[in-house]
Amino acid sequence: MSKSQVKLIDENGLRVDGRKSDELREIKLEVGILANADGSAFIRQGKNKIIAAVYGPRELHPKHMALPDRAILRCTYRMASFSVQERKSPAPSRREIELSKIIREALEPAIFLEFFPRSVIDVYIQVLEADGGTRCASVTAASLALADAGIPMRDLVAGCAVGKADGVIIVDLCDIEDKEGEADIPMAMMPQLRRFTLLQMDGNLTKEEFNKAIELGVNAIMKIYNLQKQALREKYLKIREEVLSGNNNRR
Amino acid sequence: MSYMGFIPTQIEKTKIFQAVASGTRIDGRKLNEFRKIKILTDYIGKAEGSAYVELGDTKVVVGVKISIGPPFPDTPDEGLFVVNAEFVPTASPFFEPGPPDENSIELARVVDRGIRHANVIDTKKLCIIPGEKVYTVFADIYVIDHAGNLFDASTLAVVSALLTTKIPKVEVKEGGSVEILEEKFPLPVNNKVVSLTWAKIGNILVLDPNFEEENIMDARFTVSIDENGYIVSIQKGNPGYLTLDDIRYSIEESLKISKELFKLFPGGHSNDKED
Repeated sequence: MSKSQVKLIDENGLRVDGRKSDELREIKLEVGILANADGSAFIRQGKNKIIAAVYGPRELHPKHMALPDRAILRCTYRMASFSVQERKSPAPSRREIELSKIIREALEPAIFLEFFPRSVIDVYIQVLEADGGTRCASVTAASLALADAGIPMRDLVAGCAVGKADGVIIVDLCDIEDKEGEADIPMAMMPQLRRFTLLQMDGNLTKEEFNKAIELGVNAIMKIYNLQKQALREKYLKIREEVLSGNNNRR
Repeated sequence: MSYMGFIPTQIEKTKIFQAVASGTRIDGRKLNEFRKIKILTDYIGKAEGSAYVELGDTKVVVGVKISIGPPFPDTPDEGLFVVNAEFVPTASPFFEPGPPDENSIELARVVDRGIRHANVIDTKKLCIIPGEKVYTVFADIYVIDHAGNLFDASTLAVVSALLTTKIPKVEVKEGGSVEILEEKFPLPVNNKVVSLTWAKIGNILVLDPNFEEENIMDARFTVSIDENGYIVSIQKGNPGYLTLDDIRYSIEESLKISKELFKLFPGGHSNDKED
């Protein structure tokens, strides 16, 4: 890959946005943000802004795609045309088709699809603004949306990218680090079960560097997992308050 | 979505599981053993570079074509490299005619990434007029027979084809027009890359899965390694999971086994290696 022309780590060991090598960007998670979806979530991670919506389990069309013993999971990852510097054509790119597949395969091991034969669970992910690490943030948001929809799951799925910039292993890459760095490893796992469900890598790493990166990634994912649980809890605390105060205007 | 395969019979499943659990495979291989590999280069006369690869019963043909076009705005002095994969209906009862589906897009992108991040092609040497005209290298993968592990067969085929690609020289005329000459030169190549794909069956990882094994595997894990022993690309696929031990084991083994694969490549630009 192109070796970085820009300096990604300064003399104090800090990154372009002032973070330490193992520091996450500020993450905001919100659950149940859409009125129509069965489940939904919003994630802001750095400048990433992503919405995930879940519809289903529901009847599947076309019917011939249905499986007799379980639901199928469909996943659509799309970037808004204005989410990146150069306008992105709204038509699905090869990248979006691959990422839709990868994200689906990251979520699928966590869901009890066998509880809903012949049906479909649709996960729609819309990236409103992209700032590096969108596929991982998408997985984090989508698994929250699935939980919000009340779909039985083995665990949540949380994602985070790790990588290498100026020879240093770093966590949660931002846009410049993603583009100019020497390696990018998007990963996602079921945090309680310690099972990796998404793992990709591009770049140039020795075995030692790779092992270090995975270790840092797991730590980052555990932090994100705690934020996910907190976001879910907050939603229900809010409902509780509304019920107790007597002005429950929910649907 | 596009499930590529059939519903396996219970007896077949049991057979594969039992074989793997006892440290062997339904085709008699060891768990970390590739099928027989055959590479023929200069297979297509009209292509600037080409290769025919057999990996067991899996057969792929790769043709490299060269054209001249504008560079990307962010890399004005670098040539382009484009990988595309076609799953032709001759290859499998599960392939249908039509535009590339997510499986062929994933295959093309994984092969592309391995080659790109290992810096196999010296794209800086493919610049004709900076910001205006560069060589574009198209590598098209045609899957002819699908008997499992298209990733490794395709990477072997694309790299073999690139190693034997010769591209036409050009002359820049006054006023910036480019004339294509008869004379050719070898594609500037810096590095080589191989990929090793593992299938997780039950709790056991097997290398180079055949079609039957792929049909029942839980997770797929592809590691691309360059000639200097660097890990350059990784792709986990399929709805299934890996543990940390799975990842460490397959990387460790892949680094060892990759050394054998590099010996299979055609030696630079020598021609017509039958068997």
